[in-house]
Amino acid sequence: MSLPLVVLLPFLGAIAAPLFAQGGRTAIAIASSVPALIALAALFPHWPVLAAGGTVLHSYEWLPVLGLSFSFRLDGLALLFALLILIIGLLIILYAHYYLKAKENVAKFYSLLLCFKGSMLGIVLSGNLLLMLIFWELTSLTSFLLISFWTHKQDARRGARMALAVTGGGGLALLAGILLIGNIAGSFELDDVLAAGDQIKAHALYPVALTLVLLGAFTKSAQFPFHFWLPHAMQAPTPISAYLHSATMVKAGIFLMARLYPALAGTEQWFYMVSFTGMATLLLGAYIAMFKHDLKGLLAYSTVSHLGLITLLLGMGTQLAAVAALFHVINHATFKASLFMAAGIIDHETGTRDMRRINGLWRYMPHTATLAMVAASSMAGVPLLNGFLSKEMFFAESLQLNLPGLWAWLPPIVATLAGIFAVAYSARFIHDVFFNGKPVDLPKYPPHEPPRYMKIPVEILVFACIMVGVFPAVSVGPLLYAAASATLGGNVPDYQLAVIHGFNLPLLMSFMAFFGGLLMYSQRKRFFAFHARFREIDEKAVFEALVSKIVSLANRFTGWVENGSLQRYAMLLVLSVIAVTALPLADNGIYVGENGLSPADWPTAIAAGVLIIAALATVVWHRERFFALILLSVVGLIVALAFARFSAPDLAMTQLSVEVVTIVLLMLALYYMPSWTPMESSGTQRIRDILIALAAGTGMTLITLTMLTQPFSTISAFFLENSKPGGGGTNVVNVILVDFRGFDTLGEITVLAIAALGIYSMLKNTALTPPPGDGLGHAWTRDQYPLMLRQIARPMLPLALLVSAYIFLRGHNLPGGGFIAGLITSVALILQYIASGMIWTQDRIPFRYHNVIGLGLLFATVAGAGSLAFGYPFLTTAFGYITWPVVGKFEVASALVFDLGVYLAVIGATLLALVSIGRLSPHSAIKSQKEGV
Amino acid sequence: MTHWLIAPILIPLLGGILQVFMGYAPIGLRRTLAITTTVLMLASSIILLVLASDDSYRIYAFGNWQPPFGIVLVLDRLAALMLVLTAVLGLFCHIYASGGADEGNRQFHTLFLFQLMGLNIAFLTGDLFNLFVAFEVLLIASYGLLMHGGGTARTVPGLHYVVLNLVGSALFLIGVGMIYSATGTLNMADLAVKIPQVSGSNVNLVKAGGMMLLVVFGLKAAILPLCFWLPKAYAKATAPVAALFAVMTKVGIYAIVRVFPLIFGEGAGELANLGMDWLFPLALITLSMGVIGALGANNLKTLVAWQVIISVGTLLAPIALGSEAGLSAALFYLISTTWTVAALFLVSELVASQRGLAADNIIPAPRMHHRTFLSVLFLIGAVAAGGLPPLSGFFGKLLILQSVEPGVEMAWLWSVLMEISFFTLIAYSRAGSIVFWRNVDGPVEPPAPLGNRVSISTGILTCMTMVIVVLAGPLSDYTRATAEQLHNNSGYINILQTPVHVPQNPIVGEKN
Amino acid sequence: MELLFALVIGALTASGVYLLLRARTFPVVMGLTLLSYGVNLFLFATGRLATGQQPVIGTAANYTDPLPQALVLTAIVIGFAMTAFLVVLALRNLADNENDHVDGQQENTSPASKQEQEVTSK
Repeated sequence: MSLPLVVLLPFLGAIAAPLFAQGGRTAIAIASSVPALIALAALFPHWPVLAAGGTVLHSYEWLPVLGLSFSFRLDGLALLFALLILIIGLLIILYAHYYLKAKENVAKFYSLLLCFKGSMLGIVLSGNLLLMLIFWELTSLTSFLLISFWTHKQDARRGARMALAVTGGGGLALLAGILLIGNIAGSFELDDVLAAGDQIKAHALYPVALTLVLLGAFTKSAQFPFHFWLPHAMQAPTPISAYLHSATMVKAGIFLMARLYPALAGTEQWFYMVSFTGMATLLLGAYIAMFKHDLKGLLAYSTVSHLGLITLLLGMGTQLAAVAALFHVINHATFKASLFMAAGIIDHETGTRDMRRINGLWRYMPHTATLAMVAASSMAGVPLLNGFLSKEMFFAESLQLNLPGLWAWLPPIVATLAGIFAVAYSARFIHDVFFNGKPVDLPKYPPHEPPRYMKIPVEILVFACIMVGVFPAVSVGPLLYAAASATLGGNVPDYQLAVIHGFNLPLLMSFMAFFGGLLMYSQRKRFFAFHARFREIDEKAVFEALVSKIVSLANRFTGWVENGSLQRYAMLLVLSVIAVTALPLADNGIYVGENGLSPADWPTAIAAGVLIIAALATVVWHRERFFALILLSVVGLIVALAFARFSAPDLAMTQLSVEVVTIVLLMLALYYMPSWTPMESSGTQRIRDILIALAAGTGMTLITLTMLTQPFSTISAFFLENSKPGGGGTNVVNVILVDFRGFDTLGEITVLAIAALGIYSMLKNTALTPPPGDGLGHAWTRDQYPLMLRQIARPMLPLALLVSAYIFLRGHNLPGGGFIAGLITSVALILQYIASGMIWTQDRIPFRYHNVIGLGLLFATVAGAGSLAFGYPFLTTAFGYITWPVVGKFEVASALVFDLGVYLAVIGATLLALVSIGRLSPHSAIKSQKEGV
Repeated sequence: MTHWLIAPILIPLLGGILQVFMGYAPIGLRRTLAITTTVLMLASSIILLVLASDDSYRIYAFGNWQPPFGIVLVLDRLAALMLVLTAVLGLFCHIYASGGADEGNRQFHTLFLFQLMGLNIAFLTGDLFNLFVAFEVLLIASYGLLMHGGGTARTVPGLHYVVLNLVGSALFLIGVGMIYSATGTLNMADLAVKIPQVSGSNVNLVKAGGMMLLVVFGLKAAILPLCFWLPKAYAKATAPVAALFAVMTKVGIYAIVRVFPLIFGEGAGELANLGMDWLFPLALITLSMGVIGALGANNLKTLVAWQVIISVGTLLAPIALGSEAGLSAALFYLISTTWTVAALFLVSELVASQRGLAADNIIPAPRMHHRTFLSVLFLIGAVAAGGLPPLSGFFGKLLILQSVEPGVEMAWLWSVLMEISFFTLIAYSRAGSIVFWRNVDGPVEPPAPLGNRVSISTGILTCMTMVIVVLAGPLSDYTRATAEQLHNNSGYINILQTPVHVPQNPIVGEKN
Repeated sequence: MELLFALVIGALTASGVYLLLRARTFPVVMGLTLLSYGVNLFLFATGRLATGQQPVIGTAANYTDPLPQALVLTAIVIGFAMTAFLVVLALRNLADNENDHVDGQQENTSPASKQEQEVTSK
């Protein structure tokens, strides 16, 4: 339980931190350091096991499907990093307490810091690769938020986004790599993966997996060519730079390589990829660091270079090199963190980090200066300091590489060169800042020593540098051994940590580096002049330019494909249908099934001919809208005839009544619309559309032909048999509508209702002025409501109502039914509106159409739900017979109530829709106001 | 036969009817009743989820007619999952809407409830034509909702949406017609039985019909090249509507998952896996188009709208590959992405409301109000949508990545998904840092308050992604079982044998 | 007979599709109406063509397939609702953009964008 606790505590702290913020800066600082203290306490008991090279594993199942488990694993390597994270973390909190200004948002700072700490601990303690990846990406996220802590600074925001892009992108590569490894090893549990090393290296996908994993590691640890994000991450507050970007997060890549060392290392690919990347980074970083005027810039590039050094060591593949790598991890963390803190202090006290301005600080802050100088000397690799020891080991290893021929010289030379640069920039750090004349117009003058406690973290770290430097074996010996054995899977080479291994080649290299470095620094003017010849590129700017380029390209492309042209979208839709159906239809060809073709009789043939002509004519004259509309109605009428002709009386009636209403609707619309369609599409466009239309038409023709001539079997026999006995009606279509498939009808009237309500709410507070004339030059007739029409319309209403009642009642047994009846009633009412006008009619219609619609739906639903009371499913019908006058023997079915619902819904919906349109014209609106309606 | 199956349909129907009558009732009352309806609907959906978890199929035969003759509702794991997913989403959108977005249209709640009803019918129905009706119900309601709210901005996108979907409906009818003409039935289970027996040139008819259905569902799901209506329509819609629409594209995907494995499954002989070879490449292209759109977006809502398209592509790729694991992964991702995208729509709207004239445009503006709260919500949403750990999007993506068998498809899917994630990262970090961090001096004009209803509903919906992570174990088990159910359609076919027949006339007859 | 029917449906579809692809709302509405006529006839025809076999029990010797007729009836009603909504939307579009272009005003007032549209649509 203790291991998950170690990881989860910081997150809890992160949530708690804001609460403590009310208690003031000190309270929150103390609160934030609690998790680390508990964690240290929790880790301590495990030491005996680890010292013996053992591991501690706490595992809990989480997502077996993914092979993801809450397993935490502690061994020497994990412990080494965990201690770095925890101890330096504590020092950072203390330091930050004095570093942050009063107005700073400390709550945000500490909770993010704790989130990071938790994620980082998660990386090193995960016993499951996927779990580790989760924490890995979390560190990228938190680092993003911490770099941009000062969100008002543009550089901070950009640096943060660049860091996120690089490390997050690397994380994706790592994810892929881990998934591959997991598939090869058959598990994501670290123990299994490490055990399956040979199997992985032998696998065909090993190079891919290795590359992907290394991409993750290199991006995170700022290896060339991904090193550029790190210096720009220095926009973060200095405590963050010290913690994330020198001591811990950037070491995550190193940790990963060390962690998977047994699984991936020891092959050609590993050697070349890792060691050469390391070499390049080592040299490049050291070189650029030399020329940075910004204090933190110098430290950043030196960090890059040291990371390269560690990578190179890991790449070498020898066991001693691995030990050296781990040793240098410790040393670099200690001296670099202290240097960053010192830099922060100087920045804090002088208000600038430009080494051309901060000179001769020795006089103002001797204490800080001493600390900084010791740390810097360690960075330079001066004997009796920890930096020296690991660098010695590094030099020694660089000589051990047996590369072919002259190549063998490359590592030692690179190493020495890097050493020279390191000494040079360390010398610069010391000399420029603390000596070298007087400070040049500092923003804060005179600078003085920082608060006492701000120096304590630095002192502790510097003390560590010396301790390790003088008594390596005692101070870090055991820890290093445990870590090494964990990394190398038990077989640790024998090595001794001594201050001096006698006079040998490595020592010579150190001397060369030392004096070469001093020489180079003394000649710095020349080097600066030489370097000045090259234009410095600001990666941030490049990144920004790239991003905005991508964005504008994407924007342009999107605007081009998604151009808001319905014509194109519709064409795409039709074309895709044609495309996907083309193949099966082509297979089919012109096919006449075994039923063959039946002879056509003349009336039908003529009707069909008229229909086709009318349809095409509608297209030809579609720009003359009134005429086209008339042609359209002709088509509609013949469709109705077709239904009648082919034994579908109900359909014929429905089609007819719908046709009437639709035409009225379109007429109404045309009253407001221009009655003329301008000629817009170009010739080519029209030809293209004609071709598409022909393709679609041909397709449908072929389909229909095939279909109509195929033999056919259907479930409908059931309906014909059960219509009377089961549904109590002889009109099978109607019985299907109200009984067998009554649920469809319920949905259908709901659609009608929603449409009407939608229309109503869409047209509220919309006003349209109709064009003065009908477009052909004739003005509208001023005669408001033609007398003749009125005289006919009014007496017609009761008649129409009677007819619809009859149609409605007979519907269950003969063609008719609620829908048709409803439409007839609606037409009759609409006629009143047309004849006598909005106001006259509205005055005489005592109800809101909304309520009619609601009532209709309600009737239908209740009629359906009635059966529930008897334990029968929704829409189960019941019926019995009674004899009525006039109508004769007549049967009442619960379906009739349902049909009544349909009737009402249809009336309500149709009228609500049409009346809302009629209201549109401001003309009628004004009138209604005048008459107070 | 339990009557619970009809509850998620009857409840919103009755609630909607009530709202029709209450057009002029005080808005407070209307809101209370409407939201109560949604809560009841959620409750009933959860009950169905519990029922469905026993892996059995439950049917509800309307009018007491034995399938395939009558219309049946079929409850299985998939249906239940979709119901709950939608009900949860609907509830939070509804609460958000009651924070003021529902004003200016007395019928808003009616439309909203009918929309939910249409969705629920679509998820439950076992009848192909009834599925068409369901689509029409939810479409017509969505037209009304899309046009809700003042302003002329959404007229044209709305027009496009309506016209294209009308063509879609026509295609649906043709497709159903072709399939009926060859099989003589409409019940999906019955179709699953009859389709394999289709022979001769009827095979071609069914093929063409099936492909037409695929196009229709593709149009709803917004697959390239049928996705261009979506971004403007969604970006212009009022926030709660856009958020609710996050599930509309999923209906298309649901329809594909429901219909195709069932009637064109492995056992469909000549017609097995119809259209899936088209789907995979299209899904990848859709993904790429989505991320390009997201990168190029000028405002947050458009960015999120393209995120919808990204998630559609992400969902369809594994579905097209047709493996059980892929299906399960897709379903898991579907839950995550639906809620996340919806939450992002709401967040964008809140951001817009707090930035005055700059609205949600990705441009520098005066420092917004409630920045911390909103930026945290946006961060959560972005991380979940971008598929970064530790939020649900990551797990969905991980499941999808792992579901692919090694091979060419794997190479394609992995590389595309990785690139997409990378560019999504860029898009969101850019948008976020500009909108929240790049401030110019000056006051926000005009300042607007941040209501409780809107912020709470948005907050909770945003945090659902964490709930998913916590419940990842049981959820993935559920989706895996669902995928199993979908994969062998024998269980579904057996509903035809379930007897529902009881004497015709309930008044005279006895119940047995 | 069947051939005739097939041709009718083909003609309706073709003219519907062509009008659908026009740039103004009214032709599009007419196009969709024609299309729906075609679709309804097609759906109706899935029950095959029969003469004098109306599915009313007791009025004929044998009956044609009633199911497609019921489906078409539903389809007609829904189609009517949709058309009504679309027409009104077109009016709303007209009111908002003083123009009945399907893409609203902006796209096609300036000749430049008009041209651009022509280009891209090729």
